[in-house]
Amino acid sequence: MQELIFGKLTLAALPHEWYTWGATISIALGGLGVAGILTYYKRWKWIWNEWLTSTDPKKIGIIYIIVAALMLFRGALDAGMIWAQQAFLAGTPLGLSSTHFQEIFTAHGTIMIFFVTMGFMFGLMNYILPLQIGARDVAFPFLNTLSLWLYIAGVIFINLFFVIGGSFAATGWLAYPPLSGLEYSPGVGVDYWIWSLQISGLGSLLGGINLLVTILKMRAPGMTLMKMPMFVWASLCSMVLIISAFPLLTATLVLLSLDRLIGTHFFTSNLGGNPMMYVNLIWMWGHPEVYILMLPSFGIFSEVVSTFSQKRLFGYRSTVLGLFGITLLSMLVWLHHFFTMGAGANVNAFFGIMTMIIAIPTGALVFNWIFTMFRGRIIFRSPMFWFLGFFSTFTFGGMAGVLMATPPADFQLHNSLFLVAHFHTMVIGGALFGIFAGFTYWFPKVTGFKLNERLGKSAFWCWIIGFFVSFVPLYILGFMGATRRLDQYDLSTGWQPLFIISASGFAIITCGAALQVLQIILSIKQRKQNMDTNGDPWNGRTLEWFTSSPPPFYNFAIIPKVNTRDAFWEMKQGVRDKEQGSEKKYEDIIMPKNTAMGIYLSALVFLAGFAIVWHIVWLAVLGIIGSIACVIIRALDEETEYVIPAAEVARMEAKK
Amino acid sequence: MNHEEAQEKTLLGFWIYLMTDLLSFTILFATYAVLSRNTAGGPSAGQLFDLSFVLIETLILLTSSYTAGLGLLALRRSAKNQVLIWFSITFLLGLSFLVMEFREFSKLIAEGASWQRSAFLSSFFALVGTHGLHIAIGLLWMMFSIILVWFKGITPFVSSKIIRLTLFWHFLDVVWIFIFTIVYLMGHV
Repeated sequence: MQELIFGKLTLAALPHEWYTWGATISIALGGLGVAGILTYYKRWKWIWNEWLTSTDPKKIGIIYIIVAALMLFRGALDAGMIWAQQAFLAGTPLGLSSTHFQEIFTAHGTIMIFFVTMGFMFGLMNYILPLQIGARDVAFPFLNTLSLWLYIAGVIFINLFFVIGGSFAATGWLAYPPLSGLEYSPGVGVDYWIWSLQISGLGSLLGGINLLVTILKMRAPGMTLMKMPMFVWASLCSMVLIISAFPLLTATLVLLSLDRLIGTHFFTSNLGGNPMMYVNLIWMWGHPEVYILMLPSFGIFSEVVSTFSQKRLFGYRSTVLGLFGITLLSMLVWLHHFFTMGAGANVNAFFGIMTMIIAIPTGALVFNWIFTMFRGRIIFRSPMFWFLGFFSTFTFGGMAGVLMATPPADFQLHNSLFLVAHFHTMVIGGALFGIFAGFTYWFPKVTGFKLNERLGKSAFWCWIIGFFVSFVPLYILGFMGATRRLDQYDLSTGWQPLFIISASGFAIITCGAALQVLQIILSIKQRKQNMDTNGDPWNGRTLEWFTSSPPPFYNFAIIPKVNTRDAFWEMKQGVRDKEQGSEKKYEDIIMPKNTAMGIYLSALVFLAGFAIVWHIVWLAVLGIIGSIACVIIRALDEETEYVIPAAEVARMEAKK
Repeated sequence: MNHEEAQEKTLLGFWIYLMTDLLSFTILFATYAVLSRNTAGGPSAGQLFDLSFVLIETLILLTSSYTAGLGLLALRRSAKNQVLIWFSITFLLGLSFLVMEFREFSKLIAEGASWQRSAFLSSFFALVGTHGLHIAIGLLWMMFSIILVWFKGITPFVSSKIIRLTLFWHFLDVVWIFIFTIVYLMGHV
């Protein structure tokens, strides 16, 4: 009877350990705090109507960024525990148990990739893309809220084990079978991992389709493909990759969960199953995923470099080609993650060469950025600092990558800390610095005031110094043969000093992060000094600077006409159309209505996932039927848009 | 934004969705291709499948695609009754396909050839079952579309939904042709 109602769920799933208790209490306190503030200021209705149910991509973008920032904190906490364990705690009574340590690095990887980087990128794209192409919205506003809420459901899922379950996957962030199979991971940890990725992955896939159609179909009149800003191109390539890679992830995870749920034999070690099949499949998604994170960052840097060098981007066409080259090649290199599988010399050689070839389009981008700066009047604002930081780390990490692309060298470096150092160089130096650059660059567009420069630059120096202090020792350790994912290294290896140096680098990075928090608080306090009154604080080149800061919810009262690349720059040079500027003829604007259906649908999908994790059949059926019902109800709704009359638009514009 | 533009966007989005779905199927096909010889001492494809039964299934599904096409033509002419008739026939054909597939599955399971028997059977059930699941979703969608046409007549709102449904249905047909070839025909060679 109990099993019928609760499935595998028992009281034993409640928190037992200090960390599950700690997390449960802090989640509860955080939730109560937010609820208290909302109640005190009577803001419940406001937050529901203005934010949670909004279909405005700008608001959706901001929610993405806030959630991603919270997850960055969570992921950094994990990183801190990893460093503390390896440098100081291993072997002492305070040390973490090896299972706990494994859970931590699994969670760290999963969170940083899925919920931090993806969240930030989707956030920035949602806010900036429609503005840059001169659109008022994305192609499918409802799908956009759905993507957001599926992402949030995934975030809740990955943190849920603290409250119910007590253990997370201890398998590494890609959960290779047979370790992740039922035999070796009987707990619910791997199921939580699967469903968290499955749900948020569905959100990413829908988001990818949505933004791709937005870019292809909703550009301002006159903006041909080759006149699009580079961030739009980069996002387009990233979305193409999402569309080609995420279905693979979904299918692969379904197969893994079938192995765990109903006893199939895809990836088991008996009855004909083939674990290496999983490794192939997951990396066919996993390698493009890396570029899904990197490409938008390339786009951000292209915008930043050209704005702050006050020049057109050098080699626009070759940059686009470079992005396409990377997009295509990134789907042909997955096997370099496991040269040691034993696929044979010819297969390894093919993938090794393909991997090295990626350096060519990437190199083209790097040279284009250099030539953009060449003879430009460079203004050294903090986004430019992040760019230069990216530039050095990225080149450094890229060379380490080419080194590892050589199969014989990889046999030595596989699964070592050298690899860990390499991909952190790429993801921190590439994707995260790009996010910081984009955040600083577009912050005045979102809020109407700039961030404090001095603190921003100090934060940058902490980050870049801390980064090298923490990861250069890992390169060295990797060369000396330190395997990754170990909770302790024997003292006789003599590696302890390097681990301690590495951990102190993390302390410096933490200072940088603290400075960034301080920067935001201080900038809000002193916003009067940094006001952006005309919507164009950096002397920008693209259309997002054409509208006010923050933009009205309809983005542009009159959709601008585009004649050239860097459309806004041209307008400022006075080449702008006569009809466009002088007399303003407003038209009716059609905007999507708010909808709570995204929240309901995600909640039901979440319930279904939760029920499947715990084998609660009735709840799973309820969740699935409920989700289908939501889809049908939404599909039958004809009144999803409303009209703002031209007179009303004129009134709102006059008030600005 | 006007209706045509909106529909053009939705249609493009739907095409892209279909391509992503196709990619999920390619993973299942690849898995089947890799694992289909791993019978672990259990029955193989040649021993299990009854080709003539599957041929009837195939013909039913192909016919349903044809009737769905006729339904679409009727939709273009705004002939409400014909739309209702053709899609009802399509629905019945789809339903009989699904029932036949269900019977095939239960027969296999009764023979002890379930998905737990071997990796080959796991990948068979995953591939064919996923297609069947898609058919079931298509049938649900078709049922609601028929009700919608019945009550609302043929409005642009309704017909845009039916155009996408028909695309989805043809898409499942294409996938089935590959399943028929790779799983059933090649299994017999």
